[in-house]
Amino acid sequence: MTSFAASEPQRYLEAQIRWRPLEIVFWLATLLPFVLTPNYLLLASQIAITALFALSLDLILGYAGIVSLGHAAYFGFGSYTAGLIAKWGWGEPLTGLVIAAAAAGMLGYLTSFIIARFRHLALIMITLGLGLLLAEAANSASWLTGGADGLQGVRMWKLLGMFQFDLYGTTAYSYSLLALFLLFLVARRVIHSPFGLALRGIRENAVRMPAIGAPSPAHIRKVYTIAAVMAGVAGALLAQTTETVSLETLSFQRSADVLVILILGGAGRLYGGIVGAIIYMVARDQLSGVNPQYWYFWIGTLLVAVVIFLPNGILGGLARLMPSVRSRA
Amino acid sequence: MSTAALSTRGLDKSFGSLVVAKNIELDLPRGARYALIGPNGAGKTTLINLITGMLKPDKGRIFLETDEVTALKPEERVRRGLARTFQINTLFPHLSALEAVTLAVCERRGYAGTWWQKLPAYADAVEEAYAILLSLRLGASCYRPTRELAYGQQRLLEIALALATNPKVLLLDEPAAGVPQGESAELFSVIADLSQDIAVLFIEHDMNVVFRFARRIIVMVGGRILVEGTPGEIAADARVREVYLGGAHHG
Repeated sequence: MTSFAASEPQRYLEAQIRWRPLEIVFWLATLLPFVLTPNYLLLASQIAITALFALSLDLILGYAGIVSLGHAAYFGFGSYTAGLIAKWGWGEPLTGLVIAAAAAGMLGYLTSFIIARFRHLALIMITLGLGLLLAEAANSASWLTGGADGLQGVRMWKLLGMFQFDLYGTTAYSYSLLALFLLFLVARRVIHSPFGLALRGIRENAVRMPAIGAPSPAHIRKVYTIAAVMAGVAGALLAQTTETVSLETLSFQRSADVLVILILGGAGRLYGGIVGAIIYMVARDQLSGVNPQYWYFWIGTLLVAVVIFLPNGILGGLARLMPSVRSRA
Repeated sequence: MSTAALSTRGLDKSFGSLVVAKNIELDLPRGARYALIGPNGAGKTTLINLITGMLKPDKGRIFLETDEVTALKPEERVRRGLARTFQINTLFPHLSALEAVTLAVCERRGYAGTWWQKLPAYADAVEEAYAILLSLRLGASCYRPTRELAYGQQRLLEIALALATNPKVLLLDEPAAGVPQGESAELFSVIADLSQDIAVLFIEHDMNVVFRFARRIIVMVGGRILVEGTPGEIAADARVREVYLGGAHHG
């Protein structure tokens, strides 16, 4: 073997992270709503935003094994940051998005010092507590956030100075989808990096990690910050595309929903959150038209059924049927 | 006095009224092949936990060569060259053997914090991991998930993970636990063949293996070191026979 050719172990690792044809088909299919369901682009935009939020949770839950019941804190923080910047007169979407991402990342970095010290039940309670804390703070600071009425007066400028956020959601969906795709590429790179391998190590056996010299708390702080940035972007996208921010963006409900979405789709598979978001949001849109009061009855049924029969989520179930979808994680 | 690779001075540890380590004084020279034996509950695994930092001693100091490491976290001690294996497999079930060992190599080489580069780009780490697996005869199975490996292979992977940290001191907690008797000699020949730069201390219950592979033996009873000596001295020691060997074996 020449020194130029990749060795067998390297080829094996390369094969693990190669783009699958199905992935390319999937991303092309995300363009279909423009053609097939042009009246549903606002819904499609919300789905892309929720998918991004679920993807950020997947990084910490699916890869590093950190269970969070308060992930909406970063979503809502990004949402309010983006909304307030626009309200205070700077309606340029892209800079607003970056500032909101940085703000959420900062909050994530600060809280990560607490997160990295705990596991299991304590961690669930701490994330839950932090989430409730922030939601209540936003509720009290109604002079800033608008409280229960929501943040009014958010006016966005044209995207790139050209594309108005219109009623049909063409700009909204294009913008959200592009953000989702770019951050998906980032997430994909993260999990295929040496750092991603270390995260899987933490998930697989937290006890062994220190015994191979791994500083698990530092890894956890880092991935938590990355996930907070992504959640903040998702929140900012929602604020910018709907031109309003409500307390719901910080609510426990949102934290719980995104967890349900990820578990339904399949945690630790990169596409689990996206597939989960599509199924959840489309089903909610359709079912709530029939009888809205029963919506959580059906979601509850689906959740119980999936956890019992498909413990690795819908994607995990598919992967068992079709080896081509099999995830490398 | 020549510096030992690992020394402990006056290590004490008790859980309530139960004394699990009392005044442990240990010197492990470079390239040592020491066995740590003693009846169940003698405190052998506890001693490994104390040395590696997984337990905090009540009193006493631990040195790697001349550096005191008593206050360091477990992962910091590993980075200074102190590695261990576990009596019960403590592996990464869904990672392949290659991924697991590559992870340990990446941690040592300082790559594991990098999130913007692909793993296969670190050819040096991958090659080193593969070489370690080959040296432990795991080359053919290294692409399979750990949980699918045969039990004996998983025991070898325990050692491979420790070797990937490039240790100066290696503490093996019953490396052959659960391995059939015929295979345990094979496993220990792997250990005997490890680099002479590595000081090895292993816990083992099978006296045939201990007397065959250890150059010195430390006997622990009730949290104390009863006696330390060559296999010949230990076999002839009346106290050891009384408390541990029951007077009948290896006489």
